[in-house]
Amino acid sequence: MNWKRSLVAFAAGLPFVALLAFGMTRDPNQIPTSMPGQDAPTFTLPVLNAADTVSLARHAGEVVVLNFWASWCVPCRIEHPVLLQAASRYADSDVHFYGVVYQDTEDNAQRWLNQLGQGYPSLLDPGSRTAVDYALTGVPETYIIDRQGKVVFHRAQPITDLAEFIQLIEAARAGTLGPGGASS
Amino acid sequence: MLRLIGLASVAAAFAIAIFGIVAAVVAVKRRDAGLMRSARAAVYTNFVLMSVSNLAMITALLTHDFSIDYVAQVGSRATPAYITVISLWSALEGSILFWGWVLSAYTAGAIWFARQRAGALGAYATATMLFVGGFFYLLLLGPASPWGLVSPVPPDGPGPNPLLQNHWLMGVHPPLLYLGYVGFTVPFGFAVGALLSGQLDDTWVRLSRKWTLAAWTFLSLAIVAGMWWSYDVLGWGGYWAWDPVENASFLPWLTATAFLHSVMVEERRGMLRAWNMSLVVATFLLTILGTTITRSGILSSVHAFAEGPIGLFFISFMAITLLGSLILLAGRAGELRGEARLDRMASRETVFLFNNLILTAFTFTVLLGTLFPLVAEAARGVKVTVGAPYFNSMTIPLCVALLFLVGVGPALPWKGVEARELKTRFLVPGIGLLVATALALLAGVRGGWGLAAFAFAGFALVTNVREYVTATLARRRAVGGGFLGALTGVVRANPRRYGGFLAHIGLVLIAIGITASSIFRLDREVTLRGGESVAIHDYVVRFDQLRAEQEPHKVVVYAQLTAFTADGEELGRMYPALNYYEMRGGEPITTPAVRSRLDEDLYINLLAFEQNGANATLHVIIEPLVAWIWIGTGVVALGALISLLGGRGRRPAPIRVPTRPAQLGSRPRPVEVS
Repeated sequence: MNWKRSLVAFAAGLPFVALLAFGMTRDPNQIPTSMPGQDAPTFTLPVLNAADTVSLARHAGEVVVLNFWASWCVPCRIEHPVLLQAASRYADSDVHFYGVVYQDTEDNAQRWLNQLGQGYPSLLDPGSRTAVDYALTGVPETYIIDRQGKVVFHRAQPITDLAEFIQLIEAARAGTLGPGGASS
Repeated sequence: MLRLIGLASVAAAFAIAIFGIVAAVVAVKRRDAGLMRSARAAVYTNFVLMSVSNLAMITALLTHDFSIDYVAQVGSRATPAYITVISLWSALEGSILFWGWVLSAYTAGAIWFARQRAGALGAYATATMLFVGGFFYLLLLGPASPWGLVSPVPPDGPGPNPLLQNHWLMGVHPPLLYLGYVGFTVPFGFAVGALLSGQLDDTWVRLSRKWTLAAWTFLSLAIVAGMWWSYDVLGWGGYWAWDPVENASFLPWLTATAFLHSVMVEERRGMLRAWNMSLVVATFLLTILGTTITRSGILSSVHAFAEGPIGLFFISFMAITLLGSLILLAGRAGELRGEARLDRMASRETVFLFNNLILTAFTFTVLLGTLFPLVAEAARGVKVTVGAPYFNSMTIPLCVALLFLVGVGPALPWKGVEARELKTRFLVPGIGLLVATALALLAGVRGGWGLAAFAFAGFALVTNVREYVTATLARRRAVGGGFLGALTGVVRANPRRYGGFLAHIGLVLIAIGITASSIFRLDREVTLRGGESVAIHDYVVRFDQLRAEQEPHKVVVYAQLTAFTADGEELGRMYPALNYYEMRGGEPITTPAVRSRLDEDLYINLLAFEQNGANATLHVIIEPLVAWIWIGTGVVALGALISLLGGRGRRPAPIRVPTRPAQLGSRPRPVEVS
């Protein structure tokens, strides 16, 4: 045995173990975000498979739920039914749901929606500009924008708990969803 | 009672594992053969104990003993008996229990076969494998105990995860995966045994090669069974999504495949000895890493099991095995120096080197993509996801290069050929390459990678099939008889070689299936009223009616469809369905209807329906040549089986290199005669 080399190899392996240990201290689904509390970046984006555009300005004074997704994203499949249920509950209200397609082809996105159900419009984001504006870190991520046009909620993990999600939307509607503690 | 039996067996197994480790180590120090026999007895006893514990759990599941935590978690009175048995591995605790059983069986088998000829190496290997086993027994006693007491006893349980209940492959995929994953403990044990004992000749390779091949075969089958299941159940018409758990099963497969090739270089030429040892250790570590990632909640994945204190146990175990292996490998690297050099570029050794290079690059690519989110967060505090686009763009070139090597390798002999001979060796495969390219162009393939994949597939198919044909014809000329008899004779004479070529042929079939089904996939979504039809490709699909059936533990809603050819010839009924599991509530699980043929699959998924049955929304997909992925896997497994079963006692002849001045530090090797 060459103990000197062993020591070097041991030292070389430590960072890897440290990385895993670091992973243990983290909730893989939790993300630091600076978005809540800031003015929601404005956008005007074309609607997927429709000759229409949507701009955030149109919904001034209303609540907007923005969900970034992609057809290649597996967790998006899990949260989609929950989003659909929430959206159907707020049909014809002052809460508006939009999907934003992230890094995907229109065909694949449309096919995905046909397969999993389409309850609200999805927007195209050429060059991912809006995604960058919203400091997107991956998909799926969901933002709630309140009546004052501020981001009051940002979650970088699938929305799976319908009741909790409805509560958050209600709080945003009532203006009681403050920035800071609300993000997760 | 069952609870007590199960718990006591695991507790005893843990104690006996510790005794066995101490006994094996002391036996080496004192050269005490009697003590070594006790260490081996500990291994066999543990197999018996783990069998008892697993059978106790299966009995508890079958008798619906809901006072036991695990049974209350996954059992249900309405679940059929077969599903109840396989729910043994449907959740974390049960899967660890099953893991412990498989590991104890592997360890007992490996130690039994090695008992006569391993010496100190065998003793340390015994201790190593018992150490790994002891870790799993510890999990079963602590954070992953399935034996917790539930009070008050619930009258019924929720039944296992619906995804497990829905397809026969779920009875096959998990045990195959465990047989693969756990099997790599054996070569790891022998490698560590060699490193600890300093017995660094190729004894450990001989002891572990077949176990590695067996584990590799199980893992290959498991990965493809998982793909097939995903294709048949998840309803998206695909079979691979680069999910962390899929990657976790793929990583050790890559390193094990590299080992199975490079070990031949060691056997023949005495080269790559430290490298082979590293590959075996890496394979084992990757199985543990995969388990750590998916069981500890480090990365999120659809497959991930519940999080809990178990993560800490896994990471500690990972740290011990990783750092321990690094210390041993680095410390012994100097003594593992090879004795030969490459003679020519155009030789089989070179191809194996490139094969290993690409497989290693492949491993790093997948590992990086899987762990990158963690690295990015640690380094910059930001979360990123790495999706299919990264993996596809990075790995497709590597796959194509591997396919090329599968064609080149068998055509080149050991120690290489002269340049002028290359032409004759590659003339026929070259024609195969051109024919395949022409066929692909005619079929409408235009992308560069797609064309390259088909071209090299044709090339590799020809070289590997040609090995069979030329050898069989030569044998027929020599000994006469029928073609089939000569073929059998050829395979019998060298099963490792011809099993390997057969595995290559299977791999080429898989590659063709994957490439064709990715490039030529067609799909459409339609909503049909009763009696309406949709035409797609060469098919017409008519929606006849919607039906629902109440089964004991689920409600099945299915569409009755009739498929026709474009000419109106009836092909048969198809029944895509949605399953609603009562106890689990919520989302339906799809059962696509698949009409699988050798040329293409007609794949239909029921997406939605009107409650009154007036219409159904269908996703109709045409996927060419998908069946060849499953067939190819069967061929790979058959090839591996031939390699495994044949050739007992026969060893490949080492190729002696013309005498060179001995290198400093190299040790004399015994001359091998076979």
